[in-house]
Amino acid sequence: MFSKILIANRGEIALRIIRACRELGVRTAAVYSTADRDGAWLQLADQAICIGEAPPAQSYLNIPRIISAAEIADVQAIHPGYGFLAENAHFADICRSCRIEFIGPPVAAMRAMGDKIECKRLARKAKVPTLPGSNGAVEDEKAALAIAEEIGYPVIIKAAAGGGGRGMRIAHNNVSLRAGIRQARAEAENAFKDSTVYLEKYVERGRHIEVQVIADAHGNAIHLFERDCSLQRRHQKLVEESPSPFLSAEVRSELCAGAVRLVKAAGYVNAGTVEFLVDQDQRFYLLEVNARIQVEHPVTEMVTGVDLVQWQIRVAAGEKLPLTQKQIQHNGHAIECRINAEDPARNFAPSPGLIEEFRPPGGPGVRLDSHAYAGYRIPPNYDSMIGKLIIHRPTRQEAVMTARRALAEFHIEPIKTTIPLHLRIMHDEQFLRGDVDTGFVERVLINQGA
Amino acid sequence: MDVAFLEQLVRLMAANDLHTVDVRDGGRRICLIRGGPLPSPTAPAPSPAAPQPAPPAAQPAQPPSDDAGLIPIKSPMVGTFYAAASPEAKPFVTVGSVVDEDTDVCIIEAMKVFNNIKAECRGRIEKILVSNGQTVEFGQPLFLVKPA
Repeated sequence: MFSKILIANRGEIALRIIRACRELGVRTAAVYSTADRDGAWLQLADQAICIGEAPPAQSYLNIPRIISAAEIADVQAIHPGYGFLAENAHFADICRSCRIEFIGPPVAAMRAMGDKIECKRLARKAKVPTLPGSNGAVEDEKAALAIAEEIGYPVIIKAAAGGGGRGMRIAHNNVSLRAGIRQARAEAENAFKDSTVYLEKYVERGRHIEVQVIADAHGNAIHLFERDCSLQRRHQKLVEESPSPFLSAEVRSELCAGAVRLVKAAGYVNAGTVEFLVDQDQRFYLLEVNARIQVEHPVTEMVTGVDLVQWQIRVAAGEKLPLTQKQIQHNGHAIECRINAEDPARNFAPSPGLIEEFRPPGGPGVRLDSHAYAGYRIPPNYDSMIGKLIIHRPTRQEAVMTARRALAEFHIEPIKTTIPLHLRIMHDEQFLRGDVDTGFVERVLINQGA
Repeated sequence: MDVAFLEQLVRLMAANDLHTVDVRDGGRRICLIRGGPLPSPTAPAPSPAAPQPAPPAAQPAQPPSDDAGLIPIKSPMVGTFYAAASPEAKPFVTVGSVVDEDTDVCIIEAMKVFNNIKAECRGRIEKILVSNGQTVEFGQPLFLVKPA
């Protein structure tokens, strides 16, 4: 086991990793930017090193500074969390060449999963269904039109180097396809320095269902069941739950088995998530693979009792997976609500600033992963998520009841948050029936006059 | 004592990031002093959170009163501080050395790359705050300079 790890991240995930390390007896060093001096997680790390000013390029994305900090802190490994450098194969490569273990997959597997086109090729090899589409980069408009003709509208244009819902456009006809390709290319070049785009069939009212997987360096790969993340706004997840209220037991089983086959085919090690799109007839298609721990990992932790972040560290330290597939049991129902500092009344504009009042919920079935506190000033430089409220109860109905209670207890003032929105979701008829798809939030809740 | 008035003052202070409010009204005086957030674990002195975005030059650490008026030379990077170009060489500067913007005051080594750090100010070195071989973080004060 490592004796000391550096956490190359901030906020709630940095806190999460530090907690896992404390339980494993691993010492921690945290890096922070000048905007995060008041970060509560820094108080829990054994060492905290300021590495630069607020902009991510000068701090959390700055590879030389992070490596320098790792060297002066004398750590054996770096945990990248999610976002920032978590899926940066170049960073993983540099860590390992500096004899610092990167807590994540091998570089080759990261590159393969990060390239949407290569990922689809591996999926076909592993007999995991993929969406009908261009099966590779779209060379020009003419080719795009031909493919769209063949697979049928609507289609979605995606950036090969994109992810996390960015760089995507839907086209319903030839005209919007032409314009869409041009725009998507320009955006992709700008955001990812790679204008490669590909086309896929667009599934309307699809459900986003993902499978948590983890593999060790000894050839063992298992799944920890699925999470249903269909409740999204602009492709950003708001609520996640497990098990999916939609899937049949048979399809669940195929989905999970397919995910394991795919990560084995990719030579993947450590934690990852295989994302699928599931249509109204329960046909599923691979969307992408996230080669990192995900925001919503606590949902899986609650229903399986597995500490995923501890397992990540143990796998990186060379240990075998502590449990076999048979030993992973699914218990009860878990729901996670992402608490963002955003103002739903102003189109979810970020709402940074000073938290004056912070009264968190508690009681049975309630878990809160948050770095916020009364007196904390949310910096404007990073994403708006200030916490995750996770509910775990024996049944979905009870989980929803407890979510309502917990959200109603949760007071954060004066900044605006998504707590009121989550309360409305937890009271929504359609959500109670488990009948949501990726367009649900936009269509139903926002039209109700959020 | 008007509690509602006090509550209003407290809210005003927080909203405007004020440290002290001193109100007199005839024979009555109310003085409120607001405590800062938890101190940073590695900073030498606690300070109130700077309103965002803090300009790069605004170093939150409050220098003790006998250092008032001295300019800190801060580390622009994370690494190891070296006072001289090599173990046998003399230090770049000592207390009393005169510096200008281009004077090399130390080396900070990061990832096996040795970076000469310039004073970027004019004056005399009053204090050296770190020792040879010490690890330093971004923004950490290295020297205090009495301005010319």
